[in-house]
Order: sequence, then structure tokens, then C-alpha cells
Amino acid sequence: MNALIEQFFNLEVMAQAFPFLLKGLGVTILLTLLLTPLGLALGLALALGSSARHRGLRRAVRIWVNGFRGLPPLVLIIIVYSALPFLGLRTPPLMAVVIALWLNSSAYYCEILRAGLGSVPAGQMEAARATGLGRAQALRDVVLPQAVRNVLPDLASNTIELVKGTSLASIIGVSELLHMASNARSVVYNASPITLAALMYLAFLLPSVRLTGWLERRRRGA
Amino acid sequence: MDLSRLIEVYFNAGVAWTYLPDLLHGAWVTVSLSVLVIAAGLVLGLAMALLRLVLPRWGVEVMRLWVDCLRAVPPLAVILLLYFGLPSVGLSISAFWVIWITLTLILSAFAEEIFWAGLEAIPAGQWEAARSTGMTQRQTLADVVLPQAFKICVPQLTNRTIGITKNTALGTAIGMPELLNEAQTALSFSGNATPLIMAAIGYLIIFLPLMALAGYLERSMSWGKTA
Repeated sequence: MNALIEQFFNLEVMAQAFPFLLKGLGVTILLTLLLTPLGLALGLALALGSSARHRGLRRAVRIWVNGFRGLPPLVLIIIVYSALPFLGLRTPPLMAVVIALWLNSSAYYCEILRAGLGSVPAGQMEAARATGLGRAQALRDVVLPQAVRNVLPDLASNTIELVKGTSLASIIGVSELLHMASNARSVVYNASPITLAALMYLAFLLPSVRLTGWLERRRRGA
Repeated sequence: MDLSRLIEVYFNAGVAWTYLPDLLHGAWVTVSLSVLVIAAGLVLGLAMALLRLVLPRWGVEVMRLWVDCLRAVPPLAVILLLYFGLPSVGLSISAFWVIWITLTLILSAFAEEIFWAGLEAIPAGQWEAARSTGMTQRQTLADVVLPQAFKICVPQLTNRTIGITKNTALGTAIGMPELLNEAQTALSFSGNATPLIMAAIGYLIIFLPLMALAGYLERSMSWGKTA
């Protein structure tokens, strides 16, 4: 039992590692703040493309989205990081992660927003157009707010997955939270820094998971 | 950059042929690990959801905390924690089983939540009606409530299961020879990107049919939706 505490909950080691982990947390938060709006924007564009009038475009969007949903995010990261340089394109780790997770998360956001747009009755768009609103305006002010409200729990849950996904950046050496913890572990040869990193993820994500659960229950009750 | 160079680097037949056996072995590890994770994760998740029916209030709270923690923590953090931490306390577990334990626990947490929502969605009248026909509590659960609950759960459950199963690729972080790891090894030996492209195609061959199946189940069971 003592060995267990010594190895996983060594407070002295945790205190030493804390400043490094805090720096890593900054990178994790930066990645999240960058990727969430990027992912949502591309996801929305893809969702609109999925219902485009042009059949070829629709098909192309479906293949794109399913392809990126079918690949594990880590595989995408490794491909962008170590296969693109063969083309002469040097991708620094941070950029590789942003590109890979952007492609991955936008495909998932697309599926969610597509379901959301599908849940808004066609009459809403028709009624908005009938009052003289343009297509873009009707979409922005009438359809989209309702669509987002209907899939809010799924959007929240996908954003949590995105934050968790940023930990994959540690594998190619981006100095985010888990990478800093992993480095600290190999220096002191003790797993406590990783425990601390896990607790730091929980500090942010456990309330988010609870909030998502509440949104989900409220949607079911409605 | 001309086309022949592109093919040379990404679609090199010679390299593909040399490393195909390694990649097939990696794919086999990925598939067998995935099957073990799915089987154990879903069974454990269902067992937890059923246990929740009979737990006292404080027990439910403890289970909710456990489940929510597993839903909130990045899988890679748990994998590194177990893989590097356990040997120091006298428990040496191979990379394969570390991934299996981690992903099984995480899948069971998501599955418990989904199964529980399904059970909750079945109106109390279904229990009462079944009991009043003389069925026992167990029969009611197995023959009346669970079949209806399963139908509600299917879309979310399949999507989550596929999402979590894809994390078998994390095995490469602790040197487990699954598909991605074999491809990375082959890439560094051959100095050619073809093995990575093959691995990507391999993952698509494994997961696209599963995603199609999930979509089919979702459509064919959509009458069971509550909304």
C-alpha cells in the first residue's frame, strides 16, 4: 500500500512537477481554444455541403467526412507529421496536431450539425424566406439557432472528446499537459506526475461531463 | 514534385510487398484487441447499469463519480499511468493488457451511461403490466424491459463503441505492435511513407464497414427513438 502511494501519489514529486505541468496545461488550453472554433466552422461548412443541391459535391463531402471519421485521430496525426515531409512539406509537431485534429473533429462536428439541421422542420426555412429574409440570413437567424439548441449536448460531448484528443499531441512531442507529465515521469522515475496531469484534466473535464449529462437529461425531458 | 516521385514515396509496390506481412500481423493485433475490448466493455457496462437498479443512493453516487471520471480522463493518460506505474508496485502487465484494461473500463463507463438512459426511458407501466401478467421481476427485465431499452441504446452505443475502439492505435505509444506501430516501424526501416498509407487504408477497411453497420442499425431501429 505504501509502495502504491509512493509510486502514484507522491506529493513531493507532484509539487516539483506542478510548474511544468501548468505550462503544459497552457498549451492544452491554447489547442482547445484554437481547435474548437476551427472545428465548428469547418464542420458547419461540411454539414451544409452534405445537403448541397449539387450531387457531386454532396458525394465528395460524404466521402471526405466518412474517411476522416474512419481513421483513428492518432493515425491522422502520425500521417500529417511523418508522411507529409516526404513531399518536402516540413510540418512542425504543433502544426501537424492542429491540422490532424482539425480534420478529425470537424468531421464529427459535421455529423452532429447535420443531425441538428435535419431536426429543424423545413417550414422554418420557408417561413423565414417568406418574410423576406435571404437564404444566408434565414439560416443564421432562424434555422441554425434551433439546430444548435437541439444538438447542444452532442456538441458539448464532442468538444470534451476534442480536449481529451489534444493529449495525443504528446506522442509527437508537443509540450502539452500529458507530454510534460510524461517527461517529468521519466526524469524522476515515478508515475505521480501523470496522476497529477490526470487530476488536472479531471478538474476541467469532470464538471463539463456533468454539465453535458444535465443537458442530455434536459433534452430527453423536453 | 512529379507524379512518379509521388507514387515512389507513397504507393511503392516493392515497399508495400516487403512490409505487408508485418502490417497484416499488426492488423490482426488491432482486430483481436478491438474484439476483446468491445465484448468486455459492453458486458461490464450492462452489468453496471443493471447493478444501478438495485444500488442504494450512496452507491449510485459512487458509481456515477467513477463513470464520469472515466468519461473525462484522456485514455492515453490512463494507459501511461498503468504501464509505467504498475511495475513499480510489483504488477507487471504487458502493453496489450494495459490497453485492454484501459479501453474496457472507458467503454464500460460510456456504455453504462447509455444503457441506464435506455432503462430509464422505459415507462413504469411496462414493468407494472408485465408483473401483473404474473411474470417475475427477472422475466420482466429480460423479456420486456431490456429488449425495448436496447433498441433505444443502439445508435449511441455503436457510435461510442467504434470511437473508443479506434483508441487501440494508442498502443503504439507504449510500443505494442498493433497496426499503427508496425507501420511506423516499417516507415523508419524503409525510409518510405507507403507503410503509413497502407495502415490508413487498413484502418478504413476495419472501421468503415462498422460505421456502415452502425448507420444501418440506427435507421432500422429509429422507431424506438423517444424524441
